[in-house]
Formats: sequence, C-alpha cells, structure tokens
Amino acid sequence: MSSHDSIRSATSNASLLGIFALATAITLGMTYVLTRENIAAAQREVEARALAEVIESVPHDNSIIDDSFAVPEEDREILNVGDWLIHVARENDEPVAFILPTVAPDGYSGSIYMLVGIQTNGEISGVRVTSHAETPGLGDGIDLKKSDWITGFNGLSLQTLPEAAWAVRKDGGEFDAFTGATITPRAVVTQVKRTLDYYAANRERFIDIAETQSLNTSEVE
Amino acid sequence: MSSYQAIVKEGLWTKNAALVQLLGLCPLLAVTGSVVNALGLGLATLLVLTGSNLAVSLIRNKVSDVIRLPAFVMIIATFTTCTELLMKAYTYELFLILGIFIPLIVTNCTILGRAEAFASKNSPLPSVIDGLMMGAGFGAVLLVLGGLREVIGSGTLFANMDLLLGPVAANWEIQVLPWDSGLLIAVLPPGAFLITGLLIAFKNMIDKQLDQRRRANKPVVTGSKRVRTTGEIS
Repeated sequence: MSSHDSIRSATSNASLLGIFALATAITLGMTYVLTRENIAAAQREVEARALAEVIESVPHDNSIIDDSFAVPEEDREILNVGDWLIHVARENDEPVAFILPTVAPDGYSGSIYMLVGIQTNGEISGVRVTSHAETPGLGDGIDLKKSDWITGFNGLSLQTLPEAAWAVRKDGGEFDAFTGATITPRAVVTQVKRTLDYYAANRERFIDIAETQSLNTSEVE
Repeated sequence: MSSYQAIVKEGLWTKNAALVQLLGLCPLLAVTGSVVNALGLGLATLLVLTGSNLAVSLIRNKVSDVIRLPAFVMIIATFTTCTELLMKAYTYELFLILGIFIPLIVTNCTILGRAEAFASKNSPLPSVIDGLMMGAGFGAVLLVLGGLREVIGSGTLFANMDLLLGPVAANWEIQVLPWDSGLLIAVLPPGAFLITGLLIAFKNMIDKQLDQRRRANKPVVTGSKRVRTTGEIS
C-alpha cells in the first residue's frame, strides 16, 4: 500500500467516524430537547414534595418552591452546602417557617443530605433525609420509608431540649440509635443540632431577608 | 431447529449473559436489592441492547475494521444516554434510586459483546431478536435475584413498584415473610454474590439432569457404522 493509499483510507475512515459522531450528537440533542421539560417538571415535583413534607404541620399559603434565597456564602461551611437555597413558608405574607438544606458529612458511608424545617419560633417542624448511602437494614432507618425515627425531631427546639440531650442515647443524649448502627443517627442528630444553632443565631437576619423579598415581589406585582 | 429458535435458546438459557457468560456482573450485583430496582435496570438494559444491536447490524457493512469499535461504542453510548433521559423524564424517582448504574450500562460487557459477536455479522432481524433475548435472559436473572434478595432480606415482594409502573402498582407490596428487616446479608453485596452463585449452580444442575435424561433416552447403536466426521473430502 502506497502512502497515498493509506492517507486516503485514513481520510475516509475519519470522515465516516465524523458522520457517526454527528448523527449520534443529533439523536442525543433531539432526545434532550424532547425530554427537557418533562425532566424539569419531574425534578420540581420531587423537590416540592420533599419541601412540603418537612413543614406538613405548619399552615402556609405560598408556593414554597418559588420562595427562596441562597444560603449566605460565609455560612455554607456550617451547613456543608454549596450554592443552595433556603425556602420560606409564609402565611398572609408573614414568614412562618424556613426550610434549610444541610449535609451531615460524617455518615457511615459518606454524606447524608437533609432538609430541616424550622418554624420562626425555633421549633423543628420536620426533618427529612433526601439522599444517603447508609447500610440497608442498619443505618437506613433514618429514611422515613424504613422507619419513623426521623419524626422524633418534630416539635423539638433548643428551648425544650437541653444542650446535652442533643445526642444519641449511647452518648448520654435523648435520641435512640439503631441496633448495630450508632454512627448514622449520631451524624444526623449532630447536624440537625448544628442547623438549629445556626438558625437561632441568624433568625432575625432570615426574617429580614424574607420580608424584604416579599416587599420586592409585591412591588413587581 | 431454525436459527431463530437457536437465538432465543441461546439468549435465554445456553448463553445467558448473567449465568453463563458472567457479563455485566457489576450492575447485576449492585442493584438487585429489590424487584423494582431489578426490573428497572433489566428493562433499561434490554432497551439499550436491542437498540444497539439493530443500529450495529444496519451499519455493519459500512464500517471498516479500523473504526468498528469506536463506532459501536458511540452507538451504545447514545442509546444509553437516551434511555437515561427517558427514565429521568418518566420514572424520575426510580432513576434517583438506580442512579449511577444507568449511565454505567455503557460499560456492561454484554452489550459491546453482542454488538461484536452477533450484530456485526448478522442482518437486522436476527440481531434485534438476539438483543431482545439476551436482554430478556439478563433481565430474568436480575428479577429472580431481586425477588430472592427482597424476600430474604426485607420479607416483602414487589415493594415500591409504583416507582416504575405508576399509581396502579401502589398496593402490590406483599409481606411474604413476617419480619421487618430479615436476613441482612441478602440485601448487602455479599448476599448478592452468594445468591448469584447458587443460581449458577442451580442452572448447571438442571443442565446436567437434562443431559443425563437425553443420554438415557438415546438408543445405543450397536455394531459399527463408521462415519468420517472430521476433515473435508476435496
């Protein structure tokens, strides 16, 4: 085979491969465009449902999923989150609860992602684990699908439960651990406490932000 | 036996991807903790396998050997990504559970294996049938494994089927065994290995018995009929 031939075969192979790449890219692009809206709707629905669960007990009349502000940049390390949103629940335009995203970094198998709903008076309205990789049958009791352990946080606040009680029983606190799994509930309890502390220190600020936001939106309308 | 029958038999039994070729074990072991997960991954794999077999078969005469593999991989990756997008759009919560294993279908050796070994040498119809049957064989093993692990590990069967099949399936959950958390090992990865091993042993046992029965039924030919079986007469 002369060098001329090999150049020609390389060119034809390359262009054939290029055509393939183009065809696959078009197929993918079309599928993406066709499914984009459905995917966004599905994601929104799951998110809205999770948010609603956390503040089930708090009457509110706004669309929580659209009512939010970003976690202040300097505080992201406290909650272990990135550029995430704090959602506001309101009744008659007054903020009644905040939903904070937070991550317990020290689960048995990595991070445990949670939503913590806190009423403006500092009382927990609900906690949910949104994503985790804890051991099935042992640590996954933090998931409401597996056990109702997580509902034990409902109604608690820094006022009703003394500082030392925010720990699993094994560490001298108030919370049950699961048989064979202490690390998971310990991580969750610690992070929920941390989130509550953070909220207590920033309560006025959050209410301010929420009220300014509500002013802004009413002006727009 | 027609060649289609042979393809069906190979896909479902004699060359079963999971029990004989032992391909695609990573997703097989990882997501079969329950029937719904197994069915979800099984269907996704079936879809990708059939689609890629068809596409590979259609282009088999147009690609030279040099670019065959990259072209096949591109086709498989496209089908996988499309499947992922479709799952996200219509069964989002199941997608959240199966997570990383959907994009990882790309690396399931069964799919590239069938593209190479079958679709690149056969016309579209047999290739599609091969894809369907290999996928069904793989999916069936996933389902059996998922069912066994769910019953032993959680005591239930068909829990959370509504994630895949919609609200119709919301009440399908059956409490088979009266325990809450069952034998933990069945849901954990070691349990997946053990049960897969048992399934393989079970299949081999059946094969052996069938073989013995066949031999017993075959009349023994006495006397000598010499037949030349090797070599070619030119």
